[in-house]
Order: sequence, then structure tokens, then C-alpha cells
Amino acid sequence: MSAALDLRRVGHAYFGQSVLSGITLSIGAGEVVALVGPSGSGKSTLAQIAAGLTDVREGRVTRGYARHAMVFQDPRLLPWATARDNIAFPLRRSGLPRGEWPARVEQAAAMAELEAEDLAKYPVELSGGMRQRVAIARALVVEPDFVFFDEPFTALDVALKRRMQDLVIAASRRAQFAALFITHDLAEAIRIAHRIAVLELRGRGIAGERFLPEEPATRTEEHCFALRQRFLTEDPLFRHIHDVDERRRP
Amino acid sequence: MKALLADRAERLLHFLWSGWAGLAALALLAAAWQAGHERWGDFILPDPLATVQAVWVLAWSAEAQDLLWLTTKRALAGFALSALAGTAIGIIAGYAPAVMRLVRPLLTVILGVPPIAWIVLTMMWFGTSSTTVAVTILIAALPVVFVAAAEGIASRDRGLGDMAEVFGYGTLGRFWFIDLRQAAAPLFPALALALGTAFKVAVMAEMLANAGGIGGALARARAMLDVPQALAWVMLAVATLVVVEYGLVRPMQAEVERWRRAAQPWGIKR
Repeated sequence: MSAALDLRRVGHAYFGQSVLSGITLSIGAGEVVALVGPSGSGKSTLAQIAAGLTDVREGRVTRGYARHAMVFQDPRLLPWATARDNIAFPLRRSGLPRGEWPARVEQAAAMAELEAEDLAKYPVELSGGMRQRVAIARALVVEPDFVFFDEPFTALDVALKRRMQDLVIAASRRAQFAALFITHDLAEAIRIAHRIAVLELRGRGIAGERFLPEEPATRTEEHCFALRQRFLTEDPLFRHIHDVDERRRP
Repeated sequence: MKALLADRAERLLHFLWSGWAGLAALALLAAAWQAGHERWGDFILPDPLATVQAVWVLAWSAEAQDLLWLTTKRALAGFALSALAGTAIGIIAGYAPAVMRLVRPLLTVILGVPPIAWIVLTMMWFGTSSTTVAVTILIAALPVVFVAAAEGIASRDRGLGDMAEVFGYGTLGRFWFIDLRQAAAPLFPALALALGTAFKVAVMAEMLANAGGIGGALARARAMLDVPQALAWVMLAVATLVVVEYGLVRPMQAEVERWRRAAQPWGIKR
């Protein structure tokens, strides 16, 4: 079976300073891979390269999927458009006849658990969590078979974060998309993903990866917590995940 | 469709309701005018009511309507030229910092020359014609539009562009749906300002170049020391500007900036 996304020895440099090198990662169809690593290790750059937002300078990116979507850290909604129009924004380039847009938007909004009356509101009238729901609905509206999540819930509070994670778990189960989920939160990675890949401290390759047991939707809270404890205390792969001093980074 | 119409009707009613404050200010101005009239007499400041009557008579005379239409046409032509050219050059400069660096000093020079000097020059170049008026307006109003368009593009949120790119929008799509929309926020106030400048410069150019229109009529009133007539023409010029601004620029702005209203706390909307 061909991979949905295949990165071969991908590298990148900003102004001569190497931020990523030798990244090799393959994601299968319908598989959710969480990429964890300390902040500043180049995770977001990798997501941008994989999504085609940044040119590949080194290595090769092969995309085996048909349609992708992305959820960013900040929702990046059009302030001048209502939630409904924001969700419909990608449809203009999807080739879907205009008459089918409303039904598609309703369907995506339902997946993101948005209520009908909120669809007429402008982003400025919505709370942070609601805006991120709109951003998720906007990603789902094109019925993607691959979704990039670039630390989408970092700015949300703990309770909201959990609800959003549940939303992604349910959506990935229903829509069967593959995903690259960038996060620096190990607990989030354990809840959402089928597999966790850990980026090397300075972005020099993938330090290692762990397959998680069961489907994300069936994983219990206790199980997730136990896994997290085990990774942090016993697994050398995760030893350095939290002890990076960004001031000392080159 | 029904909801859209209802939304527009609601906004229009809100706007009309907010007109009370404007009317109060106008009433104050009229009171001050009346006081001035009673203090200095008819020659310096004619009776406001008499002036309004003169405006009424003028507004219905075919000759005056022709003059008004001539000035409006000239002002609008100059405004359209400066809006198009200013926006186009501004957008280019917004994307290309090198162009911005080249154009900025030129603008400082152009802005440094008083409009009256431009009128003298264009009069000598183009004679006493509509071209003189249009070119003078172009020179006077272009810098404002240019700066607004350039700032709007240069200070755009690039994150939105990335978002659009992810969803398959090309360079042209991002420009049309994202960047231009963001530039509209500073552009519309600048366009309103440019429109005001266009009318002012048009009257000034007509007066100096003796090219007919409201400016020509004002020159005639000055020659005859006819203060009520002069004031009546001034009021007509202002009224025309108000009609064009609130009939053309503001509705367009309200349409594009609908979301800003949603951001306002309810007390400010009224």
C-alpha cells in the first residue's frame, strides 16, 4: 500500500542556519501520526514543507493523498466573513457545484459541533474555542484524506483542549483521514494518534517512534495517563522532550 | 436573500437614526450663523433663511443644474482617475518594498507643492478645460489613496494568505480574495477623503481657470460682491459632495466593512 505522505531525508535552512535535516517519515492512509518535539525544534517548519507552503530545499516529499487541509495554531479565519462563509472558503477551489455548498457546510459544521445560529456570526463575535471549531469545520468541508494540524490547540485552556481533541478523534474516525498532528504536548499526542514520532532535539532527523495500542477512540483516560507516565519515566526516547531551554538554542 | 435585505434595512434605519446628532450639529451651526448675521448685518453674513431660499431657487434653475453637473462630472472624473491610479500604484508598492522606496520621496515632493500651484501649471499646459481640472485633482488626491493602498497591502496578515494557499488558492486568488479585502480597510476612508479633495480642487481649479461650473459661478458672485449668491453656491457644492459621498463611497464601505459593525458594542451602533 502506498503511503499518504512520504518524507525522505527532508531538510531546511533559514538564512544558512540549518533548522531541519534528514527527516524521514511515512504516514499511511487513515493513520494519525503525532510529531512531538520541544518548541523550536522545527516541527511547524516540517508541517509547512509537507503541506507545500514552504519549498523543499533538501530531500523529497511525496504526497499520495488526493486532497489536504490544514488547521493552524491560530484559527486564521477571514474577519470579514461569517462562520458559514469561512467554512465554505475552501469550496471555491474544490470544484464542487455552488448548489451543494450549503449542505457541505452544514455537514462540516455538525462534525465540529457548531450550532446553526453561530454560523451567521462573524469571527469577532465568537470565543477562542468557537473560532477553532470553525477552523476545524473549514478543514473538514473539503472532505480531505489528509489533514495537517499545526499545534492547533496550544492556545486553548485545558478543558477546551480536551473537547477539541475529542472532536478530532471523532472526526478522524468518521472521515477516515490520515493526519500529521504537530504538538509539544505528549498527553495530547497519546490521546489523538496511532503513532508518535519524536523529532530530534535540534531537528536532525526523527529520534524514534512508538506505536500506540488500540484505536484513539477506544483508549481510556487511565490508559492514556499510564502510557504518558511510562513514556516519561521509563522510555529514553522521551527523556529530553520537556527539558529544552529555548534561550540556549543556536 | 430575505435576511440580507433585512440586515441592510436595519443598517439603513440605524444610520438614519444616528442622523439626529448630525442634525443637531447643523442646527447649532445655523444658530451661530443667525447670531453672526444679526451682529454684522446683511452684507457680511446674509440671513441663513434667505440663503437657503437662494439655494432652493438655484437648485431648480436649469442653468445652475448644468453648472453643478459640470463640476460633479469633473470632480468624479478626477476622483476616478486618482482612485484607480493611486490604488494600482499603491498595491504594487505594497508588494514591492523597492517600489515603495522609490515612490515615497516623489510623493513628498508632490505633496509639498500646493494645489493652487498645480492649477497654475495645468492651466498653462492644458488651457481652461476639463482636463486641467481632472489632472489637478489627480495630482492632489493620488498621494492619499496611494499611501492607504500601499499600507493596506504591506500590513496584511500573511497567515491568511498561507491558509488560502493550503486550500488551493493561487497567487491571483489570494490577491483577490485575501489581500485586496485587507487593503480595503484603510482604502475606504482614504477614498472618502480623496472624494472631498476632488470637489474642493475642482471648484478651486474652475474658479482660477475660469472654466465654468460652480467655481465659475463663485468667481462671478465675487466680482459682483454678491455674498448670498456666493454662500448659496458653497452650500450647493457641499450638498453635492454629501450626496455623492453618502450615495457612493459610504454604501460601498458599509457593504465591505459589515463585519466591523458586528464587533462594535451595541451602544456605539446607535
